[in-house]
Amino acid sequence: MHIHRYERWWMTFGLVILVLFATTIFVAAFADNINPPSGSQTIDPAKVSSTPPFDHPGLRRLPDGSYEAYYVAQVFQFSPAKLTIPAGSKVTFYVTSADVVHGFEIAQTDVNIMAIPGWVNDASHTFKKAGTYLLVCNEYCGIGHQNMFGTIEVK
Amino acid sequence: MQRMNRLVLAHVYTATVAVCLGAVFGVLQGLSRAGAIGVPVWFDYYRMLTAHGVLMALVFTTFFITGLSLFVTYRNIDRPGRKLAVGWFGWWLMLIGTVMAAVTILSGNATVLYTFYAPLKASPSFYLGATLLVLGTWVVAFEVFENVFYFRRTTPGTPIPLPVFMAACTFLMWIIATLGVVAEMLLLIPWSFGWTPGVNVMLTRMFFWYFGHPLVYFWIMGAYIIWYTILPTRYGGSIFSDGLSRLTFLMLLLLSTPVGIHHEFMEPGINSKWKLLHMVMTYGVAIPSFLTAFAIFASFEIAAIKKGRRGFVQTVASLPWNDPFFSACAYGMLLFILGGFGGMVNASYSMDALVHNTIWIVGHFHATVGGPAALTFIGATYWLIPRLTGRELWGKGVALWQTRLWFLGMLVMSLSMHYAGLLGAPRRTSEVAYASAAVAQSWEPSMILAAAGGVILFISICCFAAVAVGTLFKNEKTHDQLADFAQPEPGSDATPAALQHLFRWSVVALALAVLAYSGPFIELFHSNAYLAPGMRTW
Repeated sequence: MHIHRYERWWMTFGLVILVLFATTIFVAAFADNINPPSGSQTIDPAKVSSTPPFDHPGLRRLPDGSYEAYYVAQVFQFSPAKLTIPAGSKVTFYVTSADVVHGFEIAQTDVNIMAIPGWVNDASHTFKKAGTYLLVCNEYCGIGHQNMFGTIEVK
Repeated sequence: MQRMNRLVLAHVYTATVAVCLGAVFGVLQGLSRAGAIGVPVWFDYYRMLTAHGVLMALVFTTFFITGLSLFVTYRNIDRPGRKLAVGWFGWWLMLIGTVMAAVTILSGNATVLYTFYAPLKASPSFYLGATLLVLGTWVVAFEVFENVFYFRRTTPGTPIPLPVFMAACTFLMWIIATLGVVAEMLLLIPWSFGWTPGVNVMLTRMFFWYFGHPLVYFWIMGAYIIWYTILPTRYGGSIFSDGLSRLTFLMLLLLSTPVGIHHEFMEPGINSKWKLLHMVMTYGVAIPSFLTAFAIFASFEIAAIKKGRRGFVQTVASLPWNDPFFSACAYGMLLFILGGFGGMVNASYSMDALVHNTIWIVGHFHATVGGPAALTFIGATYWLIPRLTGRELWGKGVALWQTRLWFLGMLVMSLSMHYAGLLGAPRRTSEVAYASAAVAQSWEPSMILAAAGGVILFISICCFAAVAVGTLFKNEKTHDQLADFAQPEPGSDATPAALQHLFRWSVVALALAVLAYSGPFIELFHSNAYLAPGMRTW
């Protein structure tokens, strides 16, 4: 089968672009450790409120100065609803759901986590800029979905 | 001929009703989300959103593609005394399923959106209806395959006509893909009846996206059948290369399914190595679209050269922009450029964190299913109706403006959704007020623009409805009931035999799907996953 010269050039161009994109992503993943949230820990969704550390959702300071924030998503609220953290701190968010699927998105950051009942999922972010950040549920969870949000105060 | 036309017409008009109804729900949502209309008490945003998604993404597209596939099969394979019982059985099954699901949604018993993510638990009739819709498509697929076998039996050694090859390829891909949704239904139906205590949520999601991404390629393949084999007849063009056209469809058959995890990048329970694998496979499925872009534009240029036109401007000017069918397809192609490049962002693993579940995604799939797929199907409906009814199309000018308005409306709506998504606006919410948070206020202007785009789209769909209904009442006979299909240039190369063995390639396609999913499935079965009991949160 004859393939036109121009088509060969076009295909080469397309392949080179795809390889470039993939290389960028692979370098970011393996050299800079930039990976999407892929938590592998399970939790009984019926017992979230009595399973540590989700029985006391909120912020924990680690010895190295970074933070862990434990969040429970359930219709139609986040616990804690409000979090205050010092500017410049690195926070790892651990999120689970006590009922249906929720989203955990901190607007204008790259924190974007699916909260699946039965699973704990996590992502980290360093809050360099002070201000009030909006946390929204970005997966439809029911009739009050649009009211499901929280705030993160970075001071 | 008349009998076959009636069957195809039944499919095409069911699709038309679905897209018009879906558009009514769509424009109301856009206006309500932007705060442009006060929300009456009866208006249940999420119920309408479910109806919009199901009618547009699952009903309209599917009925159109089944109708189109039957059309190209019947018109390309002559078969004296053809029986249509199987074809009609498929249509009835699809219709009954659609009505069951639609009634359940509109009565408020399945406000689970078109992705029906467990543990949101709809009434059993929703899942049963959706399953019947899928089983109906299998019956139509069987009808297409059976005709292909008939053709091979009666004309051994002749290549399957290209449009039929493409339709069969589309359905082979579809059957492999819908195995996922049927498997999911086998979990959800007993659960929704209360016979099982719970479902493994991650398992249902993996099954859903195993089906959910090839679903979009089902739409695209439907549009490609038209672009490759019918559209060239409108500008006096030919098929650029029979072999490369078949190669494109075989690549789509192979690569459409092993990519679904790119919808699950942000989820727990799936190791990131599988996410990377599915990203690479997703990049691979861009290649047949690169091939298509080349083939279509080359076909435009060759036709222009034959008319003595040279260069980009003359080539573009030589195209029949006043033909509603051509205009629809061409604007659909332009929208696909936006949709295609946006799709590369979504598919890019870590980069998806910026846009996942934001309204960017909604902008993206409106520029794909709402652009190349929907607009091509609408345009092809203008071409099909006269050939099926024997009546001239009513309101050609209305049809032409319909295509232009659709392009404009979709561009305005999709671009403002992309932009708002980059600012963080979430998808699937009835409003974006969030107690007047500062960042939420930055989303409002885009929501108003998106609603304006939605209104333009709604005017456009009203034009489409007027033409579709108007033609039924117009009795002016057309002389042109024959459908011609594009042919390769005389003297082109013969297509290699390896590109003819459609059914053998489908075994490879299935093997690839199994390979891409066996790792994540095995890991999921070995994890200590809890079952979710399910609930109604609406």
